[in-house]
Amino acid sequence: MEILKVEELKMHFPVYGGIFYRQIARVFAVDGVSFSIEAGKTLGLVGESGCGKSTIGRALLRLYEPTAGRISFEGKDITHLSGSSLRELRSDMQMIFQDPFESLNPRHTVGSILEEPFQIHRWGTPLERRQEVLRLLDRVGMPADSVHKYPHEFSGGQRQRIGIARAIALKPKLIICDEAVSALDVSIQSQILNLLVELQQEMGMAYLFIAHDLSVIRHVSDQIAVMYLGRIVEIAERDSLYKNPLHPYTQALIASIPVPDPRRRKTFTPLQGEVPSPLNPPPFCHFVERCAYAQAVCSQQTPQLSSIDGSDPSHRVACHFAGRLSHK
Amino acid sequence: MTEALLEVKHLATEFITEQGVARALDDISFHINAGETLGIVGESGCGKSVTSLSIMRLLPRPAGSIVSGEVLLQGQDLTRLAPEEMHHIRGNRIAMIFQEPMTALNPVYRVERQLGETLVLHNPQMSKDEIRAASIRMLKRVGIPAPERRMQEYPHQLSGGMRQRVMIAIALLCEPEILIADEPTTALDVTIQAQILQLLKDLQQETGMAIIFITHDLGVIAEVCDRVLVMYSGRIIEQAEIHTLFDTPLHPYTRGLMNAIPRLDKPAKQVLSTIPGMVPSLFDTPPGCRFQNRCEYAQPQCRATTPPLEGDSDQHQVRCFRFRELMH
Repeated sequence: MEILKVEELKMHFPVYGGIFYRQIARVFAVDGVSFSIEAGKTLGLVGESGCGKSTIGRALLRLYEPTAGRISFEGKDITHLSGSSLRELRSDMQMIFQDPFESLNPRHTVGSILEEPFQIHRWGTPLERRQEVLRLLDRVGMPADSVHKYPHEFSGGQRQRIGIARAIALKPKLIICDEAVSALDVSIQSQILNLLVELQQEMGMAYLFIAHDLSVIRHVSDQIAVMYLGRIVEIAERDSLYKNPLHPYTQALIASIPVPDPRRRKTFTPLQGEVPSPLNPPPFCHFVERCAYAQAVCSQQTPQLSSIDGSDPSHRVACHFAGRLSHK
Repeated sequence: MTEALLEVKHLATEFITEQGVARALDDISFHINAGETLGIVGESGCGKSVTSLSIMRLLPRPAGSIVSGEVLLQGQDLTRLAPEEMHHIRGNRIAMIFQEPMTALNPVYRVERQLGETLVLHNPQMSKDEIRAASIRMLKRVGIPAPERRMQEYPHQLSGGMRQRVMIAIALLCEPEILIADEPTTALDVTIQAQILQLLKDLQQETGMAIIFITHDLGVIAEVCDRVLVMYSGRIIEQAEIHTLFDTPLHPYTRGLMNAIPRLDKPAKQVLSTIPGMVPSLFDTPPGCRFQNRCEYAQPQCRATTPPLEGDSDQHQVRCFRFRELMH
């Protein structure tokens, strides 16, 4: 069952400048993106800085007002919800942020941070709430005496556990994890990844897992979408994507990951150039300037996200030459 | 055996803070030969950056100071040099690049002035035209397209990858014998990281400089280093030739680190192995082995005395009493 469906989502931000501070341009942060997430499953959203992956996360939670497109949650259109129905929605859809330093209020104790979601949604008596807070702390592997402490008394990994406890408090159906483990050291990162996978198996939540690290994305995801400059360039089941990447950008991304094995050193630079400015992306295929396979048609027509004939229909790619590229 | 280019002997560095004295480095000994790439790997707070700042004598004053040990650059002890003499070593013989070039570059000077400044400082006899020509040559060498135009730009006009290239250009202007690279690719996207790593390898081939490469990423270590030091809580806990380290890691911490990374060549969604607990605070380090509280092999001896850094050969040394048992 689909829990979330996004259709042709667009998120444009105005840019102001000049003497009269008028709008002089628009940034196409998200430029027509469609995907869906199954209940209890994880969709990984991967891409480099500025590709629009975090903007999507925020638009889904309606922290931004989408410019165009439609977002539905459990079949209900939530694109323009407001007031109490929006608040109700947010008990079903929660977020875990990258920086646990910035997302926890430094002046509140951990107990009151964790109690807040219950208060906002008028759940239980004070006693029940406090018991629930203790249960949450225990579930994420934090000692019960954390209740009286402040966020600065904890390490990054522990703070991320508190952020997770807050996100799961109201038993949401979908959690958006925005670079949730990127700021953590390797040995702590694996603890948090294990916790997220366990919680999903236990509570059956769906995750939208946003990250730039392809190894982490592969570890947690069932399905993966690769973004480049505001668009999804490839979307597929996890194994299909890593075994048979079809878009030249996905191929380059996978080839760029440093492998912790000195016998498999790279002997070439996989991709030249840099991501163009989102203010002025190349029209049609956004990747054309960096692509080794680009031809005239790539600068004349926008490639559509579609599956290629004779292969898995759930593996879709936006490239005119998908399936016809020989691996270099 | 030829004399090492740089030899660090029993270096100890302390920071005096409000909470007391923190021994950030304890008994650090290693060497690096000309043309070699030495990796230093470890998690936040292990002392890898303090090691580089101690070598460069750039510790924040007055809090940080070297309390004992020697840093020998071809036999000359840098810890005893007067500040003016140290100026001639920095930049000329040992140069450094940092993680975030935006903080290392001066935001109000054009690229031209930042390069020129370094040249003037170390070569006062150079004419303006010579400086300009040398700067442009250097920018070209680090792969900056249209260097004449880039010379007139400010750091904020450059992308992250370009800024890191400018930093590398400044560092290499005076042809140093040693380049210390402190997490130079951590803030960059993977495809740009691959470009910068390749650039550093190419430049090393051309100039024969030694590189000390500091990172938390074992994948990057495997990609570029000849030899590796693993640090934990202010000490070197293992040191080995690159293939030896990845084939037979001996210290329980090194093994834990390697197993904790999600890898593309392992099945997804499996429980990652973790290292329980956290790094001890530098204000409250336990006597004996610093890893004892997280180590599954710890025994009474580990809590009483500090294990020496020892091994069966110069190629592989480890700070663990039980390494011979763990070899098999």
